[in-house]
Amino acid sequence: MSQYYEASLLEEWNCAKCGAALKPAKVDIAYMGSQFTIELPKCEICGLVLIPESLARGKMAEVEKILEDK
Amino acid sequence: MNFFVCVCLCGSVANKLRKTAEKEFKNMEQKELRETEDKCIQEQPAYCVAACPIHVDVRTLIWQIKQGKWEDARKTLNKTMPFAGILGRICDHPCENHCKRREAGDPVAISALERCCVQKVSLLPKISFLPSKTQKIAILSGGLRSLTAAWDLIRKGYKIHIFTEQNRLGESLWDLPESLLPKEVIEKEFSVLEKLGAQIHLNAEKDMGFFKANPGSKEFDAVYAPPENERFLAPLEMTWLVSPINEALEGRKAAVTIDRQIQKVSLTAGREKEGPYKTRLFTSIENIAPLPLTPMSHPESGYTPEEAIQEAERCLQCQCLECVKACLYLEHFKGYPKKYAREIYNNESIVMGERKGNTLVNSCSLCGLCEVICPNDFSMADVCRNARTSMVKRGKMPPSAHEFALRDMAFSNGEKFALSKHEPGHEKSEYLFFPGCQLSASSPGHVETVYDFLRSHLKGGVGLMLRCCGAPADWAAREEIFQAGLETLEAQWEALGRPKMILVCSTCYSIFKRSLSHINIISLWEILEKYYAFSLSDADKGCLALHDPCTTRHEPQIRETVRSLLKNAGYKIEELKYSGEQTTCCGYGGLMSNANPALAKAVIQRRAEESESDFVAYCAMCRDALSSAGKRTLHLLDILFPSDDADPASQKPPTYSQRHENRARLKEHLCQILWKENVSDMADHEDLMLNIAPEVEKQMDERRILKSDIQKVIRYAEESGNRFYNSKTGHWLAAYQPVNVTYWAEYSVSDSVFVIHNAYCHRMTIAEGKR
Repeated sequence: MSQYYEASLLEEWNCAKCGAALKPAKVDIAYMGSQFTIELPKCEICGLVLIPESLARGKMAEVEKILEDK
Repeated sequence: MNFFVCVCLCGSVANKLRKTAEKEFKNMEQKELRETEDKCIQEQPAYCVAACPIHVDVRTLIWQIKQGKWEDARKTLNKTMPFAGILGRICDHPCENHCKRREAGDPVAISALERCCVQKVSLLPKISFLPSKTQKIAILSGGLRSLTAAWDLIRKGYKIHIFTEQNRLGESLWDLPESLLPKEVIEKEFSVLEKLGAQIHLNAEKDMGFFKANPGSKEFDAVYAPPENERFLAPLEMTWLVSPINEALEGRKAAVTIDRQIQKVSLTAGREKEGPYKTRLFTSIENIAPLPLTPMSHPESGYTPEEAIQEAERCLQCQCLECVKACLYLEHFKGYPKKYAREIYNNESIVMGERKGNTLVNSCSLCGLCEVICPNDFSMADVCRNARTSMVKRGKMPPSAHEFALRDMAFSNGEKFALSKHEPGHEKSEYLFFPGCQLSASSPGHVETVYDFLRSHLKGGVGLMLRCCGAPADWAAREEIFQAGLETLEAQWEALGRPKMILVCSTCYSIFKRSLSHINIISLWEILEKYYAFSLSDADKGCLALHDPCTTRHEPQIRETVRSLLKNAGYKIEELKYSGEQTTCCGYGGLMSNANPALAKAVIQRRAEESESDFVAYCAMCRDALSSAGKRTLHLLDILFPSDDADPASQKPPTYSQRHENRARLKEHLCQILWKENVSDMADHEDLMLNIAPEVEKQMDERRILKSDIQKVIRYAEESGNRFYNSKTGHWLAAYQPVNVTYWAEYSVSDSVFVIHNAYCHRMTIAEGKR
């Protein structure tokens, strides 16, 4: 599975609520009726997911445009 | 499914789907499309091509000669011209009388270029046959006209028999001087006929006599007997007695008639453009320097290739593109309106698959410049408006294209800004001042000053209405939102006693004029022209380049009033290349800057570069757009109602967040000082104190992220505890989705102030229950 974030994110950030580390996890993301599963950093306890800027402004923006034009 | 694979699949699936998509004509029927396309004359033939009896693609031919592509040029000739080696040498060039270059110098020596081409390249045409036909046709002459008919009919697959009483084909062509038409060329060019299967009967006096006696011969399905040939050239004067190119045309026409007769189809349908006709093309020769004919060093043998290339360079390569030259949007998509109309139509017809034309549709400023410039009134605005309406109706409008502008409009029509009141101390309003949402956002101080001025000069009460006229919803084709806004506005106007409305913004003016035509309106500039007292010292303040807003395109009285105000204020006016009726949009119109920010930026950059002088605008958005391009720009109100700002031309445009704040504060301020009302009602996220560095603020603005969006993220994160922490930097990272967009803020806290380090957003969401 391709990784859409820098591995260092897992070291740099942790979940402030649980104090837990973030682990790579499969996450379903959706837009305009389409859904995809990708791997993202996620709190292993509460499940809070981090979407990094590089993904939001990169591949995610590209896919948003494609889905909007579908 | 893997995310990246999905992305690839989106493209490939879309391609497959596009190919198989059923034709579904929702908005524009084929006929309508053709009528729309037909208005754009860019694809009309060049003047020379239309004037040529057989419509040789002269424009392409000359372009190829100019590039030195001689073989390609010869192929271009061969496509249309029968026996190009012969006709290319002797064509009597009626096209040259219609060459556009003659309006700026001598016409291009088209025939001399053709001659040079066929002298340089002796390439016979490649033939692709149609399926062979069984019918036999007799051609009773070996002249140019008959052989042209034979040539065309052979290529249609007929079995051709050529009869001549002479001992060779060509008749009087053999009488032309060797220097003009070498004998070997005649032989070579006509040899193609035999190679392609024509039966040639020389010295056929007997056969000719038979045909004369039996015109209805049963052996042949058709017999073509041209009129008696004449000599081509008068021997001494060397003038044409018979036009060779018209001979070719007559032969070609005869071939069409014979073919149609045999095929039993209409002899006349679709033949309007046989022979010379008038093209609808328009080519401007403005700024084209006159150039004389390239001299020929040896007239007997014609141009040398070098001379020909030099002459070809004089060709204007006639095309229209008038609108494309004027509009960066039209230029940006590398086409022209006819092509765009087709692309948009196809975009509409896609049932499943990627609609690549969406950006084209949503990038138009709807400013109407193309329609004014086009010799045929083609309106891209109409095409794009119709497409947008259809997209909205079908639920196919990309949400990101206009959502931010619609949120901005909703803000202006919400409680933070919207207001409708009689003048303080009055129960009636003769007038109602409507400054519009953007002047209030950009220069709230001017709204207050102008309102003071109006109250002190106009009798009968001057009410105030703060809200948006609805233009963003109109541009976005959100008809329901637009109509709802108009209904509220109208109800409030009714409640104030139907006063005459004073409008500052020309976009508001155009919306009122079109959609609220029963409301009596007047432009602020016309009021100021009547009541503003210019001081005598207002003389010679310098020169300003005047930028008319695109929504004054059809409002000459407003444009003239503004000019008069500027002159009275002591300014000289520099008229820009595109001004008045032909002014250009600042990039905000039609929500271009929302749907295509990069293009809008380029549009205003180009506008700013039109003059070295400082600009003056009389639309707040135009002023702000020009300022954002680094152009020193005054608003007309900066001149008429100067503030304490010593250099208003250098004022930077407010960010989107500041625009909201300015509107909200304007309402609060006016309510406090004029109506003694306290309307401040902060939402609970708004009391969060933010510290945003200028570079982060700029980035937020470019990403269309408002301060209030970030305040909501922080409020949510602080209350819910849902956030991440970076122990190295001490920063928090949190997300919140107040609308269709999820906003992320990276922040730290210092003395109860939230320091914003970064902000970004996206539209995709984490699927329900997964977060």
